Amino acid sequence: MKMRLKSVLCASAVGVVALAAGQASANSELLKMQKDPNQWAMQLGNYSGQRYSELNQINKDNVKNLKVAWSFSTGVLRGHEGGPLVIGDMMFVHAPFPNTVFAIDLANGNRIAWKYEPKQDAGVIPVMCCDTVNRGLAYADGMVFLSQADTTLVALDAKTGKLVWTAKNGDPTKGETSTAAPLVIKDKVYVGISGGEFGVRGHVTAYDTKTGKQAWRGYSMGPDSDILVDPEKTTHLGKPVGKDSGTNTWQGDQWKIGGGTTWGWYTYDPELNLIYYGSGNPSTWNPVQRPGDNRWSMTIFARDADTGMAKWVYQMTPHDEWDYDGINEMILADLDVKGKPTKALVHFDRNGFGYTMDRTNGALLVAEKYDPAVNWATHVDMATGRPQVVDKYSTHKQGEDVNTKGVCPAALGSKDQQPSAYSPKSKLFYVPTNHVCMDYEPFKVAYAAGQPYVGATLSMYPAPGGTHLGNFIAWDASEGKIKWSVPEQFSVWSGALATAGDVVFYGTLEGYLKAVDASSGKELFRFKTPSGIIGNVNTYMHGGKQYVAVLSGVGGWAGIGMAAGLQEDTAGLGAVGAYKQLSNYTQLGGVLTVFSLD
Amino acid sequence: MSFRILFRHAAVAGFAAAALFVGMFPASGQSAQQTASTPPSDKPYTVEDGNKVDPKTYNGYRRYHSICHTCHGPDGLGSSFAPSLVDSLKRISSDQFEGIVAGGVQGNNGGNIRVMPAFASDPNVMDHILDIYSYLKARSDGALGRGRPERLVAAKTN
Repeated sequence: MKMRLKSVLCASAVGVVALAAGQASANSELLKMQKDPNQWAMQLGNYSGQRYSELNQINKDNVKNLKVAWSFSTGVLRGHEGGPLVIGDMMFVHAPFPNTVFAIDLANGNRIAWKYEPKQDAGVIPVMCCDTVNRGLAYADGMVFLSQADTTLVALDAKTGKLVWTAKNGDPTKGETSTAAPLVIKDKVYVGISGGEFGVRGHVTAYDTKTGKQAWRGYSMGPDSDILVDPEKTTHLGKPVGKDSGTNTWQGDQWKIGGGTTWGWYTYDPELNLIYYGSGNPSTWNPVQRPGDNRWSMTIFARDADTGMAKWVYQMTPHDEWDYDGINEMILADLDVKGKPTKALVHFDRNGFGYTMDRTNGALLVAEKYDPAVNWATHVDMATGRPQVVDKYSTHKQGEDVNTKGVCPAALGSKDQQPSAYSPKSKLFYVPTNHVCMDYEPFKVAYAAGQPYVGATLSMYPAPGGTHLGNFIAWDASEGKIKWSVPEQFSVWSGALATAGDVVFYGTLEGYLKAVDASSGKELFRFKTPSGIIGNVNTYMHGGKQYVAVLSGVGGWAGIGMAAGLQEDTAGLGAVGAYKQLSNYTQLGGVLTVFSLD
Repeated sequence: MSFRILFRHAAVAGFAAAALFVGMFPASGQSAQQTASTPPSDKPYTVEDGNKVDPKTYNGYRRYHSICHTCHGPDGLGSSFAPSLVDSLKRISSDQFEGIVAGGVQGNNGGNIRVMPAFASDPNVMDHILDIYSYLKARSDGALGRGRPERLVAAKTN
């Protein structure tokens, strides 16, 4: 292990100091790497999930001169989420199913150093709810970690691509699949599970990075021993959760097929030793069929990274009636919240509320709408943490076989998984958003293992009065206010990047990479890449030059409506003809495009 | 997963226990399961005033947009990874349609692997297969436009 590590790092032009020591643990190695702006060592840039880079060679004055330096086809046509990692001289690029991994040698003309292509049963393809996306790789300790579509977690030798170990995290015949990127902390690699539309019971699982042996698994619902809570010590808004909190808000055994999957992002605070993530929708989408709060679906979890024990939880959307998965990223930042210095957690939920919490104890500090169109709840009650649901938009109150109209946001949320960025320089969060509403009609469904368990039909359309389906916004999480908002023709489905050059980057569904001024949102640069962008923008330094990289490859949930376009709304609220078919703008194709100034 | 729940729903759906083992996980080329239902006519739907449909076709709309649309797109128009059924139903018969839905199918379109699962064990699909066909046939024939149709005999008002 040490030998391998050393050789990888010696090859690196930038050199990773930790390696020379030889004794350095993965923990201190990654802790250092995530702070080194020359590299892009984890999907969200750093453990805090800020997607911010200290690099400033490319800045708001010269970004207009950005050019394509090189590009690379993954050979896969499905939706490309996530982005490449850069570790020293090596770039690691992943693809959706079949989950090919490429190691590209940046020091040798971008030659492919190795390629890994797992053999997976193609039967997993249609069990994935919304295309065969994969949100990327993790790196640690001389190994690259991939969570395959069929839930096999693999560790590859970063130098050779050889398989080190595999672990089976789930069972696709029951609808369990994998789309999330793993995260490594110390000697463990953490991975979640997808399948909320198949009645899967969600969990986050930690595996030993050296052996692949399971260390702990924390379910989203079920008995206390399954969900890893201490009834007395684990808190919800400051109060102990009490006994059986993962079963006593479910009817009968429904928690066993309760959803709450964990397909989003994980972040980590090394000082508190807490890992943060959110759980998804309760299964089925028909709320009438599953009375109760359905804890702990739709919940922010703060768990001890070593033991998995939950320190605190917060359920954002009790008894979901709209498919507002709570899986979006939890960004950790030290902010002045209403004048008080705070170790904050900031989260832009699918339900349309931007939450600011105290990440040490789970106290709720701010909960405000980050899209003015949000109408399903008037506000969040700050004492109970409960959203105040508007009856007219309650698909439960309206009932089974009734079409509840004009609910904002739509099921894909005011924002989906595409991660936001935070600039400690501007103190602003940069958020890619959807501006889409829906009609939702729940009805009774039966559960069959491995088969869709949905129970609602819905139609989506632009938010009232608008002619656009997305916005790219800057958000003040201390006050809970939008600072600026740039309308986009389509939903913004790409992860953002903020830099010390006062530039913010994001991609669009038409395929543009855009750069905007961090303080005003003014567009400074755009380039049309080969396909629509649902990947996340990264930056790194190699050979003294700053690069910006992004995966194109339209698909994912955004690709479902691509061929047809969204329809006009039935409630007569949206602008007629606002949605133009995305297929008129872009076609399939997985391509990495890398930019530099010259 | 609870076998009790699974079994109860399976029983409600009127499936023999053996059927549970058919298509639990998609296998290509699985032959169609014959249903006991009467064969659909060439025009199984009723559409009036452009968007008012019989209850069975309405149910087909609803079931389609619960399950099938996640790949085949809104209104049967296809997506970035699955074909338009508005087109497909111009070419295939109702028997072929049922066979593909029950047994699944795999294909390769210019390097893009396409896999449709077998729904033989899914009561939410198979119990409504004729209704789903009826809806899609109405779309394919051009008898019904995009969006949510109205029920001709509505149990509840929308």
